[in-house]
Amino acid sequence: MTMLQIENLFVSYGPRCVLHDVSLEVNSGEVLALIGPNGAGKSTLVRAASGVIPLDGGTILTNGDDLAALPPMRRARYLAVVPQAVSLPPAFTAWETVLMGRTPYLNFLGQTSASDEDVVRRALQRVEALDLAERRVGELSGGEQQRVLLARALAQSTPILLLDEPTAHLDLQHQVSLMEMVRQLAHRDGLVVLTALHDLNLAARYADRVALLVGGKIKAAGTPRQVLTPELISAAYHLPVAVVPHPFADALLVLPGAAKPPMS
Amino acid sequence: MRRLPYLWTLLFLALAVLLSIAIGSVFIPSVDLWRILTGWLSAAPLPESLKTFAFIIVSIRLPRTALVLLTGAALGGSGAAYQGLFRNPLADPYLIGVASGAGLGAAAAMSIQWPYTFWGLLAVPLVGFLAAMLTVLLVYSLARVGKTVPTTNLILAGVAFSAFATSLTSFLMLRSTGELRRAFAFLLGGFTQAGWNPVLTILPFLAIGLGFLILSGHALNLLQFGDDQAQQLGLPVTRTKTLILVAASLATAAAVSFSGIIGFIGLIVPHVMRLWWGVDYRRLLPLSIIGGAGALLLADVLARVVMAPQELPVGILTALVGAPFFLWVLRYAKNQGYW
Repeated sequence: MTMLQIENLFVSYGPRCVLHDVSLEVNSGEVLALIGPNGAGKSTLVRAASGVIPLDGGTILTNGDDLAALPPMRRARYLAVVPQAVSLPPAFTAWETVLMGRTPYLNFLGQTSASDEDVVRRALQRVEALDLAERRVGELSGGEQQRVLLARALAQSTPILLLDEPTAHLDLQHQVSLMEMVRQLAHRDGLVVLTALHDLNLAARYADRVALLVGGKIKAAGTPRQVLTPELISAAYHLPVAVVPHPFADALLVLPGAAKPPMS
Repeated sequence: MRRLPYLWTLLFLALAVLLSIAIGSVFIPSVDLWRILTGWLSAAPLPESLKTFAFIIVSIRLPRTALVLLTGAALGGSGAAYQGLFRNPLADPYLIGVASGAGLGAAAAMSIQWPYTFWGLLAVPLVGFLAAMLTVLLVYSLARVGKTVPTTNLILAGVAFSAFATSLTSFLMLRSTGELRRAFAFLLGGFTQAGWNPVLTILPFLAIGLGFLILSGHALNLLQFGDDQAQQLGLPVTRTKTLILVAASLATAAAVSFSGIIGFIGLIVPHVMRLWWGVDYRRLLPLSIIGGAGALLLADVLARVVMAPQELPVGILTALVGAPFFLWVLRYAKNQGYW
């Protein structure tokens, strides 16, 4: 059983401390949603966990192995990231893009074999994008691009999946279908899934656990019912909210109230 | 034309090589070329009538062809590598100051008027080469932020240093009026000083630099997704970018040191290859190398022929002929819009 353990993480951009003593644990088969206002550090946490930003302190472990100490090639076999679908190179086809996900298993020249192509095909099938394979990424819609990026992360065949606000530029049906796929990847395929989300209702509906990040610190972590309370959310977002049961799904619904007038 | 990119490009190169050997102040007809070649291959002595042609080929045409070929290959290959590395369609081999550094070094060497000994003849290219590599080192160090080398910083530092070096070069040229014409000729680029020595001198640098670049196609593909994604996919980004930068600069510096500054090839040849055969750098790099060699050979032939017996600087012809051709390709290629 794999798990991801982030312990006492400290990250700064120059003199500014952006993540302060952040600790999280995600188990195999579980979706943890990282929520919080803009600038709280959600994307920074995903980038730090994937090794793109250096850590000032703390460790990132998977089953006891220190991920931060690994070279990029080895780390990429444990941990795959699904970034937001912005400014992708438009000329590569979807197939070529997903094939890049096999990099941790290829030599320096990037020579692929039939088994690599099998993995790519299955990844594209999993996200229901196999018919887009020969299309250029620049021609695809935001939702299609995001699915291609998810397929690329799946092609990396890692036990851990990190997603950085994957629904940010998607419209309603693509948000829902993507989160359905992500939940299935955890529940059905047993992946460790950590996703930064800005949409609280998606977190409420698709996450097994939620962590609230405010100003670089974890304010609360637990089940959606434990974290998505009116007190915690309105304190974090400076906005009165009502939390009601979802009319037809077994989840909560967070409804924003009127914005407070600026502090006088 | 869609398929077999290597076949077409190699055919183009072969044709260019042929023209470069055949054409000059003495035109060698292809019939005679063929007879000389078969004569060499069969180790039979050549008839008297062909001996002059054979001499011209071996001592003048072949070394020049080889030098032009290598220079064009270096410019095409490093141009493609720079465009991939900087993710910028305007990048060319001189972006981070290799040309201006070499120009400064060459002008400095010329202005102190080294005696024309063997060492003296190599002095200008050698100093040019060293100055070019020093420039890259300086620009790289200036652009570093902690452990990473942000692309924008490299471009800015390169542009700033190039401006500085260029003005210093102009100053040197003004001060040593005797050498002004020679320095100017160097800056415009040309192959009048060709011989086997230059070819053998730059060959190792090109072999290392271009050899590494050809192997870096996959890494350049990954870098197109940005430093973050490339790293997350497993590429050691800073190390790879540094190595590619060094390899491309090595090839460019070696080429520039003997041929001067020839523009347009490094910028345009990769774009033509990209428009015809796509953005995969595993293919784009070798094709740009071959295409650059062929294109420069053609430009050099024209430079010898257009105003015979005078030789025009090659740099004038690369742009004069290259620009209309490129505009035609841009207009009608299928891959347009997918940079």
